[in-house]
Amino acid sequence: MKPKQSSVLPGFGLTLGVTLVYLSVIVLIPLAAVFLKTTSLSFSQFWDIATAPRVLASYRLSFGASLLAAAINAVFGLMLAWALVRYTFPGKQMVDALIDLPFALPTAVAGIALTALYAKNGLLGQYLDPLGVQVAFQPLGVLVALTFIGLPFVVRTVQPILEDLDTELEEAAASLGAQRWQTFRMVVLPIVFPALLTGFALAFARAVGEYGSVIFIAGNVPMVSEITPLMIITKLEQYDYPGATAIAVVMLTFSFVLLLAINGLQAWTAKRTGREH
Amino acid sequence: MAGLVTALHWIGGNASRYETDAATREPAWIRWTVLGLSLMFFAVFLLLPLVAVFYEALRKGLQSYWMALSDPDALSAIRLTLLTAAIAVPLNLLFGVAAAWAIAKFDFRGKHFLITLIDLPFSVSPVIAGLIYVLMFGAQGWLGPWLAEHGVKIIFAVPGIVLATVFVTFPFVARELIPLMQAQGREEEEAAVVLGASGWQIFWKVTLPNMKWGLIYGVILCNARAMGEFGAVSVVSGHIRGETNTMPLHVEILYNEYQFAAAFAVASLLALLAMVTLVVKSWVEWRAERDALRETNP
Repeated sequence: MKPKQSSVLPGFGLTLGVTLVYLSVIVLIPLAAVFLKTTSLSFSQFWDIATAPRVLASYRLSFGASLLAAAINAVFGLMLAWALVRYTFPGKQMVDALIDLPFALPTAVAGIALTALYAKNGLLGQYLDPLGVQVAFQPLGVLVALTFIGLPFVVRTVQPILEDLDTELEEAAASLGAQRWQTFRMVVLPIVFPALLTGFALAFARAVGEYGSVIFIAGNVPMVSEITPLMIITKLEQYDYPGATAIAVVMLTFSFVLLLAINGLQAWTAKRTGREH
Repeated sequence: MAGLVTALHWIGGNASRYETDAATREPAWIRWTVLGLSLMFFAVFLLLPLVAVFYEALRKGLQSYWMALSDPDALSAIRLTLLTAAIAVPLNLLFGVAAAWAIAKFDFRGKHFLITLIDLPFSVSPVIAGLIYVLMFGAQGWLGPWLAEHGVKIIFAVPGIVLATVFVTFPFVARELIPLMQAQGREEEEAAVVLGASGWQIFWKVTLPNMKWGLIYGVILCNARAMGEFGAVSVVSGHIRGETNTMPLHVEILYNEYQFAAAFAVASLLALLAMVTLVVKSWVEWRAERDALRETNP
């Protein structure tokens, strides 16, 4: 491959070569192996594995809880981003830095910490249990873990857009007699919306594949609180490689579609806010 | 999440500006409600889990905390985690620099597609990241029989753990450097060529100083994920104590054996690593912001 225009800078062949070889060896060839492996199954075998009742129940939990967690994060993430950009309060810098905790804290550590918090005798669980609310070892626990994992995605996509937002627009709206709420709904929200949707989609995509933080708190009861990644692990532990691969292909296909959607959303955000690279 | 480039925008906004202007100010009750709700959410979902790790780790006293950390299996898990990161991070650093150079300094067809492919590992479940290497190198995998013949063990051994870690941390450095180097353009390097500098001289004297904050930023995030990865490593490790256990896997084993205090003791080390990562990250953002300000108005 040659660059479109000849450049005076050296190193194009070397760096692009290293990039393509490394990308192929680490990512592309092993991922292709998954799809190749499914060819050892007939379509009806594949379909039977991918739509077995226990697997279907895991899709419902994984996708349902991930959607709900992403929605919760969209609401509270927008509020947090708003508070961080617009308000002054003590400890603001610490809050801002700790927003990224779910990126930095190993998922297994998050998993056991959340389980300890929400178990019947835990710091939060002891108050929830008398109210009849059980979180740990229930589908609700899955929701809590996925909410933890997804929060930074929403805050970190919305926050820079709010930072760059020109206050002149709000001033114009106010001088034309708009109520504060009207200004927010009709001026601010349309500008922030693509970023909010991108954050929602990123949180959702991460939650669907999440494993470490969920398995400790989920309880992993078949048909009730098993997530889809756990189904892959279960099949692997039974040395059922075709079965694990079939479910993996379903998840991968979904992830790729979501990745394309997210790329589209990011282009929309860039267009709406005039930030293009 | 364009990383550092967006990070540069953060510190600029001074909240008081919004709070003094009537047009951008909400009524006090709305302000307090938004602030109260969002901080409560923050405390319950982020702060409490972090506090819980240290609380549970130290509940049985300092002595049992120390014993859990000086256990030979714990020490070997710490060693393996450090070794894994020491291989995975430099590999992905080299790749990230090469990819960013090719993408930011040259125009070629399929560039956007290449960037999407580099981001791919982020959208793959960690469990699947482990599975793909089992299908490649496992006993029943494509290369399994050949590897067995030659006495090479990858799955349920250290090479598999390293490979799975390299996969999940693959995009970290590249995705910080690509937008940063694209934003910086090519003029400085082109000027260096005109002045007779060689390729490596340009890289060390012009490009590297310009991208150093983005580089450090990518490396510390890459390192945090490499040391903390659980799902992918769990699939390929085989959980052999003292041999193929990383720190997160050791935490899981202790936890499943109901040795909660010991599990949280090892977990607290990983939580400390996370906090150091966040502190360094904030510091890098602050330094990069300062450098950027200095450049625009010296």
